[in-house]
Amino acid sequence: MASGNILEVENLRVDIPVASGMLHPVRGIDFSVSRGETLCIVGESGCGKSLTSLAVMGLLPKTARRTAARMDFLGHDIRTLREREMARLRGGSISMIFQEPMTSLNPSYTIGNQLAEVYLRHVEQSRAAARDRAVFLLEKVGISSAGSRLGQYPHQLSGGQRQRVMIAMALMCGPELIIADEPTTALDVTIQAQILHVLADLQHEFEMGMILITHDLGIVARVADKVQVMYAGKTVEEGPCEAVFDAPMHPYTQGLLRCIPIPGKTQRGERLGSVPGIVPNLVGELSGCMFRNRCEYASEACAEMRDEPTRMGDGHAYTCLRAPEEIAGERQGAGGTL
Amino acid sequence: MTEAAAALETVDVTCVFHVGQGFLRGAKPLRAVNGVSLKIPQGQVVGLVGESGCGKSTMANILLGLQKPSSGDVLYSGNSAAGFSRRQIARRIQPIFQDPYSSLNPTKTIESIVSQPLKIHNVGEPSEWSAKVAEMLDVVGLPRRVASSYPSQLSGGQRQRVAIARALVMRPEVVICDEPTSALDVSVQSQILNLLQDLKEELGLTYLLISHNLAVVQHMADRVAVMYLGRIVEEADAQTLFNDPRHPYTRALLGSVLTPDPRLGVPDTHLGTVFPNPIDPPPGCSFHPRCSECMEICRSRAPRPVADGGHETECHLYGNTGGQDRHVAHND
Amino acid sequence: MTSTDAARPLVFRQRQTAEEILEPSPWSKLRRRILGNHSFLIGAIILAAIFAVAILAPLLAPHDPYDQDLAKRLTNPFWHEKKIDPEHILGTDKVGRDYLARLIYGSQISLLIGFSTMLISGVIGTVLGVTAGYFGGRVDMVVNFIINTRLAMPVFLVAMAAVVAFGASLTVVILVLGLFLWDRFAVVMRSITMQARDLDYVKAARAMGCSTPYIIVREIFPNVLSSLTVVATVEMANAILLEAALSFLGFGVQAPTPSWGLMLNEGREYMFFSPWLLALPGVCLFMLVLAINLFGDGLRDVTRERDR
Repeated sequence: MASGNILEVENLRVDIPVASGMLHPVRGIDFSVSRGETLCIVGESGCGKSLTSLAVMGLLPKTARRTAARMDFLGHDIRTLREREMARLRGGSISMIFQEPMTSLNPSYTIGNQLAEVYLRHVEQSRAAARDRAVFLLEKVGISSAGSRLGQYPHQLSGGQRQRVMIAMALMCGPELIIADEPTTALDVTIQAQILHVLADLQHEFEMGMILITHDLGIVARVADKVQVMYAGKTVEEGPCEAVFDAPMHPYTQGLLRCIPIPGKTQRGERLGSVPGIVPNLVGELSGCMFRNRCEYASEACAEMRDEPTRMGDGHAYTCLRAPEEIAGERQGAGGTL
Repeated sequence: MTEAAAALETVDVTCVFHVGQGFLRGAKPLRAVNGVSLKIPQGQVVGLVGESGCGKSTMANILLGLQKPSSGDVLYSGNSAAGFSRRQIARRIQPIFQDPYSSLNPTKTIESIVSQPLKIHNVGEPSEWSAKVAEMLDVVGLPRRVASSYPSQLSGGQRQRVAIARALVMRPEVVICDEPTSALDVSVQSQILNLLQDLKEELGLTYLLISHNLAVVQHMADRVAVMYLGRIVEEADAQTLFNDPRHPYTRALLGSVLTPDPRLGVPDTHLGTVFPNPIDPPPGCSFHPRCSECMEICRSRAPRPVADGGHETECHLYGNTGGQDRHVAHND
Repeated sequence: MTSTDAARPLVFRQRQTAEEILEPSPWSKLRRRILGNHSFLIGAIILAAIFAVAILAPLLAPHDPYDQDLAKRLTNPFWHEKKIDPEHILGTDKVGRDYLARLIYGSQISLLIGFSTMLISGVIGTVLGVTAGYFGGRVDMVVNFIINTRLAMPVFLVAMAAVVAFGASLTVVILVLGLFLWDRFAVVMRSITMQARDLDYVKAARAMGCSTPYIIVREIFPNVLSSLTVVATVEMANAILLEAALSFLGFGVQAPTPSWGLMLNEGREYMFFSPWLLALPGVCLFMLVLAINLFGDGLRDVTRERDR
């Protein structure tokens, strides 16, 4: 792995005991982020993408068990950190931005209070310094008359402004890594574009690594450097953003891209592609490719498939038995509609 | 103007809510819908787009007869709403909601949910209902076995199909789809869109598609109306609107659509960050605080709609609309 | 155009059917949760036993609870060595009535009070709460005012005053408690109805043309039922304890009716020499109230989050 990585995770697994057995929502995934890089983890509900981020933050539900071959963040081994040391990292060097801006701010404290609190907990500085930093960051995230906003309560702000405040809060201690879990799903399109814009700008300005978790392929294409497509707790395809979108290799990735109407590409009223079937139950012993029950190319061999990704150079890899030539040939034949 | 009456039409509809400002402070009027005239022609899909809080949902409620407009009228096939009871409206217009988790009563079986409209309107014999339900389940692509299940046993996509079956069991003319796919996963979303498309052709339905997802609207709609703070600021047929958006707000909306193109970055919408308070709307054009092309006149005078061959825009950039002469805009 | 004609046959192309059903039915889930919930099971078993005793009292009781036998006053229960009477297993009270029979018949009074009070207050509270929650606005303001007025009145003092005014009897106690214990029903039902009212299935029913009473009874009520039963168990336990307290003070059920509260009162003077006269009705009350509370708590746990 490249040495510029700030976070390196190998073979991360999450297991949760449930009434009917052991649930395996995350089943051995690897990822890494380097400074200034954006990794997008994309997948549908239940694919384990949110639990992956919570596992990195050490915020899994109490009953969940986390195992990994490696979880290094800037020289710290996250696996062995105690809760207190982990708490120092959270909000300090790793920050998280959640989906719901309405509930992630405490309604009974002012914006200024909440921003300052994060800062004072992690950085030994005066209140005045905290205030200055809060004003500086609020202006950065595009909140007008930031000074006077400090005294306002969350309910006085709109959803978009709250998410901006959340971003400012995440940046208060100058984190090295930001994990954003569906940061714009609850927002309107115009606000979504604005927020992503701010996020991308600040990430480059401060040279932070970012893990963005989303189900929206549009967002992924526009902000990601690296993409990781998750299905049923595993990475089915990963690689540089352009490679994955230009030449998706895994049938699931291809299916997802066929599902969305794309202005200018899909004809109005034409039938959209779909991925029939549903996500498999992840309880108990699982083996083989979990996508095989929904896959049009599935064969007997898929049930015995080992997770050995087919690597294509340039970091693009996918976990499927089909040969790259076969997929490429088909794409040619289909006239590049994929 | 002499063509067949639209399946559904609003004429200068306004809906004012009185919002309490707290104890002893009295209520202030909120114009959720402010003078909207919208035609939904028979057999077409009209898209209504706008941000949350722009009045889309109030419009849906008014069309469904659940909310009485403060002024203006709703025309059902050209006849005033005054002549219809709520039950008669219910037979013509049915809704499909966004969240399939809250739109089905968790204590009822699928069969009783889908047959409920038949029961309420005394259609046919109770003995025929389960056959009718089975037929509807076929129509929306659900296995007949789900009839005896409860909503909590179904996935989001399956529930949305049940909601569609319930809406269609009475064979309404118009279906109001309020964000029908935004709570669903990508792979399920396309199945529901395909289903809606098929049903429209097979049953000759008319849709009002309310959505903030412009890609979906562009895919489905024949005509599109853009709403901002209770007003329709631009309306045209889909082709025209998406190829030649005029209102700065429409352009910002279209600019915000994130197509999965890895070569493009996140677009800059050029919109301000201030979202105006609908209780206290800004003077002049209500969009001017966020507009990148704001002129002097926009701050003081509200624009009037200007029509250009079926393409209506309400913006000072297009023609001198601040004058005394009131443009009457009815071209189609 | 008669496109509302639902009888017209449909012509449609064959659809690709959507997925299988994976989840078990909510009833089988409920059954599984009930079997896994020990407090619910224990509460239900004790409660069922007390019910059975109350209903079968004429068969179970060895004597008439009102039969006095002054020759056999204050005989000891079976675990004592002297002054025991094999005919009276749990002994007799100060006028020679069989204590076991009185305890058995006492369960009837407690359950009768508990149930009737719960029904009266449940109906009042639910009607007020659901109305306020569904309609909101002015109706809600009025109901809130009534709730606050009710909360400002101390139940116990009003109950005693009512007994003084109308005379003490079972009916008066039931009516007074019933008319005073509805506040929790109203508050809980109001807030739950408010949440349910804004859900899309209620809107769908309105858009279907359902009448308001239909929506309240058929759409909203089934969904607030589980919370309603939980409140009902709490209030039932509350009413039983209040009756016992009132009877103990002499403001409740009057002698010679076998009420556990009254028996506590009658046994008071023999506390030091015949403590079982207090202990036995006390234990009965304790068991009943405990069972109801376990049952209620368990019920809340098993019915929580039926969907999603």
